[in-house]
Amino acid sequence: MVYKGRVPRFLSSRPDSRLIPLPWELPLTEWPIEHLVALPRGISRHVVRFIKVGSSVYAAKEVIESLAIHEYRMLTDLHRTDTPAVEPLAVVTGRIDPDGLPLDPVLITRHLEFSLPYRSLFAQGVRPDTVGRLLDAMVVLLARLHLVGFLWGDVSLSNILFRRDAGEFAAYLVDAETAEMHETLTNGQREHDLTIATTNLYGEFSDLEAGQMLDASLDPQKLVESILTRYRELWAELTGAEEFSGQEVFRIENRVRRLNALGFDVAELAIDTSSDGSKIRIQPKVVDAGHHTRRLLRLTGLDVEEHQARRLLNDLDTFRARTNQSQVDEPVVAHQWLTECFQPVVTAVPPELRGKRESAQIYHEVLDYRWYASQREQREVPLLDATHGYIHDVLQRLPDEAMTDTKDIGDERQLANPYDPSQGFVDDEGPMPVDPWETAADDEPTSAPGFLDIDALRARRR
Amino acid sequence: MATVSFLDATRVYPGADHPAVDKLNLEIGDGEFMVLVGPSGCGKSTSLRMLAGLEEVNAGKITIGDRDVTDLPPKDRDIAMVFQNYALYPHMTVADNMGFALKMAGVPKAERDQRVLEAAHLLGLETFLARKPKALSGGQRQRVAMGRAIVRQPQVFLMDEPLSNLDAKLRVSTRTQIAALQTRLGVTTVYVTHDQVEAMTMGDRVAVLKDGLLQQVDSPLTLYDQPANLFVAGFIGSPAMNLITGQVVEGGVKVGDYTVPVPRDVLAKVTDEKTLVLGIRPEAFKIATEGIGLDVDVVEETGADAYVYGTLSGLTDDEKLNAPQIVARVSARTPPQRGTTVRLAPSDPSNMHVFSEKTQERLSA
Repeated sequence: MVYKGRVPRFLSSRPDSRLIPLPWELPLTEWPIEHLVALPRGISRHVVRFIKVGSSVYAAKEVIESLAIHEYRMLTDLHRTDTPAVEPLAVVTGRIDPDGLPLDPVLITRHLEFSLPYRSLFAQGVRPDTVGRLLDAMVVLLARLHLVGFLWGDVSLSNILFRRDAGEFAAYLVDAETAEMHETLTNGQREHDLTIATTNLYGEFSDLEAGQMLDASLDPQKLVESILTRYRELWAELTGAEEFSGQEVFRIENRVRRLNALGFDVAELAIDTSSDGSKIRIQPKVVDAGHHTRRLLRLTGLDVEEHQARRLLNDLDTFRARTNQSQVDEPVVAHQWLTECFQPVVTAVPPELRGKRESAQIYHEVLDYRWYASQREQREVPLLDATHGYIHDVLQRLPDEAMTDTKDIGDERQLANPYDPSQGFVDDEGPMPVDPWETAADDEPTSAPGFLDIDALRARRR
Repeated sequence: MATVSFLDATRVYPGADHPAVDKLNLEIGDGEFMVLVGPSGCGKSTSLRMLAGLEEVNAGKITIGDRDVTDLPPKDRDIAMVFQNYALYPHMTVADNMGFALKMAGVPKAERDQRVLEAAHLLGLETFLARKPKALSGGQRQRVAMGRAIVRQPQVFLMDEPLSNLDAKLRVSTRTQIAALQTRLGVTTVYVTHDQVEAMTMGDRVAVLKDGLLQQVDSPLTLYDQPANLFVAGFIGSPAMNLITGQVVEGGVKVGDYTVPVPRDVLAKVTDEKTLVLGIRPEAFKIATEGIGLDVDVVEETGADAYVYGTLSGLTDDEKLNAPQIVARVSARTPPQRGTTVRLAPSDPSNMHVFSEKTQERLSA
């Protein structure tokens, strides 16, 4: 069939018109490099490229139409429920190559700034305790997905992006091809995701081990076992029922505080009392992640990750105590803190260094730097002095993370294609051996996939 | 080797008003390739997850061999699941990519190597074992993923839409390869797909599900030749079976100005229905001097055959808007012209299916 004269169609709720003139008639593998950026990312079965229009960077994935639209919708659902995932931008369908043959649609998502794929983190060398933090972030993401009824179906490090979050990490979902959205998930559905997670992560850790990127003290087996423990503990805290005697009412408050400390707000708590009042049973029914993020946003307008928010709120509390303003309204103090503490630190960073860390992360690291400096000098080092020290001693030496280039990530092996890490590394392997199956398949005529050739079926069964 | 039985197996999701899987009774023979097929939400994936131990069975039971596995955890069921998504790891060899799950399960190295070698032999991948996966083709990658399940030497393979993310050409060649491989391995396999063509070309038997209920389980040809109800009739086959509603009259069913002859014993089963549904596959029509009138809209020639698409003749313009499209396969030597009217009759009365419109069940033999 010839489709000449047809133009690509964009399915999008937030279109970016600069995408329209791009060479959609070419397979992504043949795109001129002027449109591409080489950014580190996980391995993928599909062709994925980072494309650049103006100052924006998007991830483009070539995938069959049903999956492209399904994934677009799943990611849109996650955005609606405020669950950390890459933001879907568009699906480009109706692509035709210059010979008039159809090309697979492309799903476009916005590149997540300051995000770190696990392979680039590991290529730089990762301390053993950092691996634990990454797994914690992954487990929080998985629990948050499960809370909103999202069955992932393909949990893996390759399908997650990490962002620095004070001393921890925040995890974002990248791939939703296999996902299903349900009203609520059953235990079986959650176990399904956990089974996939352990298998995939075991494979990924083994691969890092084979590439000498995993610290020798870490054992893939123990790491994946710890995922199950971490997840089950978190899930029990988020959703489990708790029973206690009528004398221990304070345990209700305790539970809420524990959930807040984990970064969750309790929107609905079921409290049942036995008829004589001797027993109380509580169970969180609706919990929302982002306890500290929301509070900081309300007070200051800053939209940051959860652990960053907690650190900034602590600093705000210290500021309030130090300036003797405990009687003053919190929003008023927050505004002072913003203009007297946070903004001076952020504006002190020279523009050329701003691609190294996000503002909130810089503030967190300055606070750390000031604590160590004060310990060393046995005095309270002023915030702006600490900021200049931090910029000079730390920030200047850090790699750019707003958009890390693949060649900067320090992997000693050279990628076969800098735009596609799934193709592996330049090795000196000989030519491909003959594959008896592929030779046979080439000889066989293939029918159209949607057509049932009943005559052939009858002939075969006879 | 093992048989698998679902006995009144039922799954009700919390808060749902009807079961996701409703009293499923299905016996899967030792070494059989059973395909579960149906539209989205029919219960096929839930059934597979119940068998895998990932989904609770609320009533009834499931056995593998002579073991009741209803309440066993997944790892104790001796099954291997092949997922639709898989990743190949660039630093690991093809052999390690195939055997890593065995390592996770604590299988000793010598035995791992042996099992990987056997699987690679079956998959035509022996010469690739020492290589890194970077240069493998899509089909070869798919086979490595199959290898991961094969090395586990389970009693049962479970496959959940393993081909859904492949492009059309690769999907066709891979389905042939998986079916051939399963025959050679002889391991009982339960395969889930939404694609009836895939189901029909791969399965020894096919179980058709809809709304959590098993509609029919049979060999592909029996499903095709003797669909048990209207749903199966319309779901299996592409182009789909023509389902034409007509008035019950003496000696047959009247469609437009033509009475399609229906055997007396079939008509005798009809008690209080004035209309019946005739099911005729596109290839079961012939152009005749007497038959159902068809206004030809499109003629599509494909090699020796031509597909004629049109609507029943003698309808008003309004009726035409809602009338089902009728498809007939005829010889490409003398295809009718667009815009003409032809007469179609069943080429062999035994190839015509009669269904009750009320119960949706098959009436003809």
